[in-house]
Amino acid sequence: MFDLTGKSALVTGASGGIGASIARALHAQGAAVALSGTRVAPLEALAAELGERAFVVPGNLSEAAATEQLFKDAEAALGKIDILVNNAGLTRDQIGMRLKDEDWQSVIDVNLTAAFRLSRAAMRGMMKRRWGRIVNITSVVGVTGNPGQANYAASKAGLIGMSKSLAAELASRNITVNCVAPGFITTAMTDALNDEQKQKLLPAIPAGRMGQPDEIAAGVVYLASEEAAYVTGQTLHINGGMAMI
Amino acid sequence: MSDIAERVKKIVVDHLGVEESKVVENASFIDDLGADSLDTVELVMAFEEEFGVEIPDDAAEKILSVKDAIDFIKANAAA
Ligand SMILES: NC(=O)c1ccc[n+]([C@@H]2O[C@H](COP(=O)([O-])OP(=O)(O)OC[C@H]3O[C@@H](n4cnc5c(N)ncnc54)[C@H](OP(=O)(O)O)[C@@H]3O)[C@@H](O)[C@H]2O)c1
Repeated sequence: MFDLTGKSALVTGASGGIGASIARALHAQGAAVALSGTRVAPLEALAAELGERAFVVPGNLSEAAATEQLFKDAEAALGKIDILVNNAGLTRDQIGMRLKDEDWQSVIDVNLTAAFRLSRAAMRGMMKRRWGRIVNITSVVGVTGNPGQANYAASKAGLIGMSKSLAAELASRNITVNCVAPGFITTAMTDALNDEQKQKLLPAIPAGRMGQPDEIAAGVVYLASEEAAYVTGQTLHINGGMAMI
Repeated sequence: MSDIAERVKKIVVDHLGVEESKVVENASFIDDLGADSLDTVELVMAFEEEFGVEIPDDAAEKILSVKDAIDFIKANAAA
């Protein structure tokens, strides 16, 4: 099950904790992968670790031209993009009253607008080949909200609405668009939380622990697989039970 | 009837699965031939491939009928 031999995947944010794990998991199922991010060193290291079928395609997702270019680079390296995983994301936390325009905009640009641009670019080939999987990494807070994260939560909720709309447009072409919504996962993003914050969080998680990146990657592999062909427009919550929605 | 018109019509017939007799020059893809908006995007992609032209989005939006497609390709295709 979940064999991805012959499929090609572009994973953004592959220099980060969850993205690297997603790339490893897709690769382990047989897919060729293009690894994207702005920091080239961790991308090169991951590509070296994976060996065959792994390519590095850096690019800054804040910029439209760079985003389009990295898609072209990925397509040139892989020959086609069957699976697009929009995983890159950033936070600029601040309470709403103090949230600056630029911190609102930069989060929307990378988390939401770049995901749209890459999806739009990917659809063309997917439509021609009558096969495609787009998986957008959203967040539990896109559904629940979170104080201090109006920008981030808006970007993540936006991904869910975008995914549902594209899913409806593309379903007849055998292209699915879904989201995976992690809860609290151990990565650089959550390392920024201090111990006190973490101690407050844990009681809210029935599983009693933070999640691991590979637990997110497993959900992505499922949604990318042939077996998930009838699943579209959905959000798969992987959060140890912290929100049952 | 020009070669371009024949090739355009064949693409429309193949893609939309409609009878050849219905694919007359003034037939509208959506109103007469039952295409949805995604079909029209795919038709444009198929024309691009067949005739080696690039059809920008603003031009593609104006290709609503068989005749629109033939006219655009006659004006823009190299071969
Ligand atoms: N960790 C969690 O608990 C958690 C929970 C819910 C959702 N998520 C989501 O999961 C995804 C991955 O997060 P993570 O925890 O793995 O965080 P991470 O380790 O901080 O990774 C973030 C990734 O996004 C990339 N990125 C950020 N800004 C970029 C830009 N302008 N251009 C291109 N790439 C950019 C980074 O690449 P560079 O560093 O190379 O720039 C990095 O690879 C994010 O969408 C995040 O919102 C995480």
